[in-house]
Amino acid sequence: MNNRAAIAGAAAGTFVLAAVSLFVGVIDLTPLDVLRDPSALTLLIDSRFPRTAAPLIAGASLSICGLILQMLVRNRFVEPMTVGTGQGAALGILLVTVFAPTLSIFLKMVLASSTALLASLGFLLIARRLPPTQPLLVPLVGMVYGGILGAAVTFFAYQADMLQFIETWLSGDFSGVMRGRYELLWIGAMAAGLTYLIADQIAIVGLGRDASINLGLNYNQVMILGLLVISIVSALTVVTVGAIPFVGLIVPNIVSRWFGDNLRATLPVTALAGGALVLLSDILGRVLRYPFEIPVGTILGVLGAFAFLWLLYRGPKHAH
Amino acid sequence: MISIENLSYEVGTARILQDVTVTLPKGGMTALIGPNGAGKSTLLSHVARLLPIQTGKISVDDLEVGNCDSSALARRLAILPQQVHFATRLTVRDMVAFGRYPHSQGRLRSEDHNKVAEALEAFGLTPLQNRFLDTLSGGQRHKAHVAMTYAQDTDYLLLDEPLNNLDISAARALMALLRDLADNSGKTIVIVVHDINFAAQYADHLVVMKQGQIACEGKPVDLVTKALLTDVFDTDAHVALIEGKPFVMP
Ligand SMILES: Nc1ncnc2c1ncn2[C@@H]1O[C@H](COP(=O)(O)OP(=O)(O)OP(=O)(O)O)[C@@H](O)[C@H]1O
Ligand SMILES: [Mg+2]
Repeated sequence: MNNRAAIAGAAAGTFVLAAVSLFVGVIDLTPLDVLRDPSALTLLIDSRFPRTAAPLIAGASLSICGLILQMLVRNRFVEPMTVGTGQGAALGILLVTVFAPTLSIFLKMVLASSTALLASLGFLLIARRLPPTQPLLVPLVGMVYGGILGAAVTFFAYQADMLQFIETWLSGDFSGVMRGRYELLWIGAMAAGLTYLIADQIAIVGLGRDASINLGLNYNQVMILGLLVISIVSALTVVTVGAIPFVGLIVPNIVSRWFGDNLRATLPVTALAGGALVLLSDILGRVLRYPFEIPVGTILGVLGAFAFLWLLYRGPKHAH
Repeated sequence: MISIENLSYEVGTARILQDVTVTLPKGGMTALIGPNGAGKSTLLSHVARLLPIQTGKISVDDLEVGNCDSSALARRLAILPQQVHFATRLTVRDMVAFGRYPHSQGRLRSEDHNKVAEALEAFGLTPLQNRFLDTLSGGQRHKAHVAMTYAQDTDYLLLDEPLNNLDISAARALMALLRDLADNSGKTIVIVVHDINFAAQYADHLVVMKQGQIACEGKPVDLVTKALLTDVFDTDAHVALIEGKPFVMP
């Protein structure tokens, strides 16, 4: 399977899933209804389209961020939610909600992205000191670090009597997505999409500091740019739909197994596959216990475990 | 010309380079030899701005290392470090193509593609070009790293122990290729080698390091003597002259 075929396959799969998603929900809706009934069209535009778009773009952005973080840290076992970025974002939102609730949503997002960035930088500084011969230390330290930040968030939320917000921020769920309530995700998607412009630079950073400097790359600048995108996407996702686990870990790993790490070629596949995975999980969450919903995080946890086992035991032995 | 003036480097209280002053001539091949831990890699890393200069000054032609534009230096000088380990999964071709980054900034033009193809061909990697690096043998992977440095196509090439992992035929082929680059393409080659016979056979100029200092420098035929081996390498080996070149009996 070559790269073009993979992109075409992933795009076709995503398209089918999107079509299915548009017509799955508590209220019956068929393509014919949309043509005949104006209220069906309103349902489509206000609810079903956002419900389809949100998982797609959140999944795509998070997969891209996972891939970028893995390149920056030079470790395959990390994703933004396991190294404190998501917790940093939640801390930021919590602080503005408590201390400056009247700020505009834009400024709130800027602040949340900044705390997410600080949290990621903190992790990067710790990760750099870990011995490269022990790759599993990096995700372990990340989980401890994320856990400590998460505890701080919970403590503050408890003090401020805002524990129920924590629940919505830290566990992803698309059931509240409607027109007018999810558009921030598009900004994150744009930020993630822009990384395509520096795909080569990020791939070179993945080769390490010495190789980057030898090629004349501004290593620290690319590092900061990458972290900035990860932080923005994490902050916007956490606020809008809540943290979505595993996508950023599984998807880049599988794509890298098959197609390698030449980001210019693999970023589009990664994005499509991530969007499709989250959308599929969300559709399953909608139909499995119909008319009740299972949160996307739960479904992803199960799918993710299987995907990871598959990933570890399968995958091409050769590059052809 | 690479000129190094009064370069010192300390880690904690350890003095790793002590007031090194040396000029590496432009053109030809200079071999840097010396016992393990002498500071050869540290010196090359400084020239290639991989380590920050604590005291001293290094310049490569008109570019002052540390103060010049890093991307300009990347078009002038390339380094192959002693240990290369890439954790990412790249095909041989993709990795060699990254060597063109200083020239192409990622958008490969036809001349870049030609250079990549030439580098692959020069190291016999064309049949392996679509394989992932982690599926290659140690020697094949090493050749791919050298090919990436070759593709960078700079006036100066610094190679830290490029003969590691290579069989005798590959080692001779690489030295012959470097010799050819020096003779016919006007490149300046600086190479760290442990096999003094390879150094004496192929290099125009030898620089000998010991304990963070330059012990001596000069032409191989004048330098490689029994005295050098006892004084610098602390070993008692016999040196013969074969076809006018010194040869250290193993
Ligand atoms: N980060 C560091 N901290 C402490 N000592 C260091 C560090 N880097 C290098 N050294 C020491 O500096 C000395 C010179 O190291 P260098 O790698 O330059 O030697 P070398 O001449 O290349 O040796 P070899 O032939 O074994 O490659 C060694 O004694 C080494 O232990
Ligand atoms: Mg060395």
